[in-house]
Amino acid sequence: MQKRSIVPIVYILFLMLPIYWLVAMSFKTTNEILSGFSLFPQTFTLDNYATIFTDPSWYWGYINSIAYVSINTVISIAVALPAAYAFSRYRFLGDKQLFFWLLTNRMAPAAVFALPFFQLYSAVELFDTHLAVALAHCLFNIPLAVWILEGFMGGVPKELDETAFVDGYSFPRFFATIFIPSIKAGVGVAAFFCFMFSWVELLLAKTLTAVAAKPIAATMTKTASSAGYELGLLAAAGTLTIIPGAIVIWFVRNYIAKGFAMGRV
Amino acid sequence: MKTENQKAWFFVLPVLALVAFNALIPMMTVVNYSVQETFGDNVFFWQGLDWFQQILRSDRFHAALGRQFLFTFLILIIEVPLGIAIALSMPRKGFWVPVCLVLMALPMLIPWNVVGAMWNIFTLPDIGLLGYFLNHVLGISYDMTQNPIAAWVTIVTMDVWHWTSLVVLLSYAGLVSIPDAYYQAAKIDGASNWAVFRFIQLPKMKTVLTIAILLRFMDSFNIYTEPFVLTGGGPGNSTTLLSIDLVKIALGQFDLGPAAAMSLIYFAITLLVSWLFYTLMTKDDLN
Repeated sequence: MQKRSIVPIVYILFLMLPIYWLVAMSFKTTNEILSGFSLFPQTFTLDNYATIFTDPSWYWGYINSIAYVSINTVISIAVALPAAYAFSRYRFLGDKQLFFWLLTNRMAPAAVFALPFFQLYSAVELFDTHLAVALAHCLFNIPLAVWILEGFMGGVPKELDETAFVDGYSFPRFFATIFIPSIKAGVGVAAFFCFMFSWVELLLAKTLTAVAAKPIAATMTKTASSAGYELGLLAAAGTLTIIPGAIVIWFVRNYIAKGFAMGRV
Repeated sequence: MKTENQKAWFFVLPVLALVAFNALIPMMTVVNYSVQETFGDNVFFWQGLDWFQQILRSDRFHAALGRQFLFTFLILIIEVPLGIAIALSMPRKGFWVPVCLVLMALPMLIPWNVVGAMWNIFTLPDIGLLGYFLNHVLGISYDMTQNPIAAWVTIVTMDVWHWTSLVVLLSYAGLVSIPDAYYQAAKIDGASNWAVFRFIQLPKMKTVLTIAILLRFMDSFNIYTEPFVLTGGGPGNSTTLLSIDLVKIALGQFDLGPAAAMSLIYFAITLLVSWLFYTLMTKDDLN
């Protein structure tokens, strides 16, 4: 144990405190929460979780969120792969301008787009569908995916492409069987970021849905209105939103460590 | 060397179509609103650039913009050095590396309104862990619904909690890409820790740091959900950042024209500052 490892330990403790408080609160009854301060749940209860798992208006929120996040990740990576290849291998008219324009879309505040998005997706009759949210999130996820993948592809020597073509590979076969496997760390990192930014975004997801595709994060706002302020239920729902992210990051943990370093990101 | 090939456009077309659909059409809607006045029922009147002049001259906009710059300045000045310091003290290999990375990335994967709600219950004066500790153990009077300074400290702390890990992850990625030979050479030369940092580690982290600073700038400048859930812009208007003010005008008062003009000014400022950052930080590479 080195002396300097105290810094990450203190930092991680600081990160965990609010999370601990959320989890601890989710096991308390609303009465206990409101009656005073307690570091650990005194009357340990699973009622908050039971409510969420038995009430369709709660658990459908999770299903909806996972549905649009998955669709978005698949679409973003699928279209970003060929585009990133083009940017990393070829010069073409307007390539630099196009790349910069893509990045500017990350700079537009989502609040700016909320109302026009509502009108646009209502006009194309996609309002309140998973696809609408998935497509809307492409606005900021595709530029990010292109950016990350282009960095990783730049690290793959061009000789790989040339050798494959000399060996008689067609382009699609080369791309699918040789090129993509050689940047799979990059695909992992890009997919992770797409998942992350789509999972945590609420403003657009909430604007584009009403009932059928309502995300969990929007469902949570109902604890504030119905039957007072049910903090325990809110805490339990919040705790459950951490789990998908934790699972995804566990899968890509080695890519994150090595992956960033390989690409220019 | 990249080869010239105009057919590469076909590879870019799907991306272009999807992003243009989401960016250009709503943007045109915003531009359209920004030069018109409406009283509902889809009846519009030409307004010219009046809204822009009105916004640019309004004290309310100046105040929100000032708060926004203060917020972004504070979080950059805290998160960037802190993130670098943490990345420098992390282990380079072994069992603890993935554990550290996973735990550190966790806050970034929590939906933004949950982050706000979580900090809300964490800081409640009598029943939140932090609020209770400050009020009843340390005896500091702390209530962010009453005290603007407490509200500011809370939103800045929340953002540091939420996003410092992004700087850590990116800096760490830059650090692990430095070959051991560099450190050995520095040791032979008898270089100090500072010299190692200044001449080996910092240059290697430059690219990833540029990205980290740009991302943190854009995202903190556009921040909406977390402070909205945590403080609602209060007490008073003390934490009403640009996005919160914008949504108040657009959806609260339904003043579409001024809101649209404000959106465009807001977007232009973000674009300009990002471009300045980018040019300044990549200046050396171009020379």
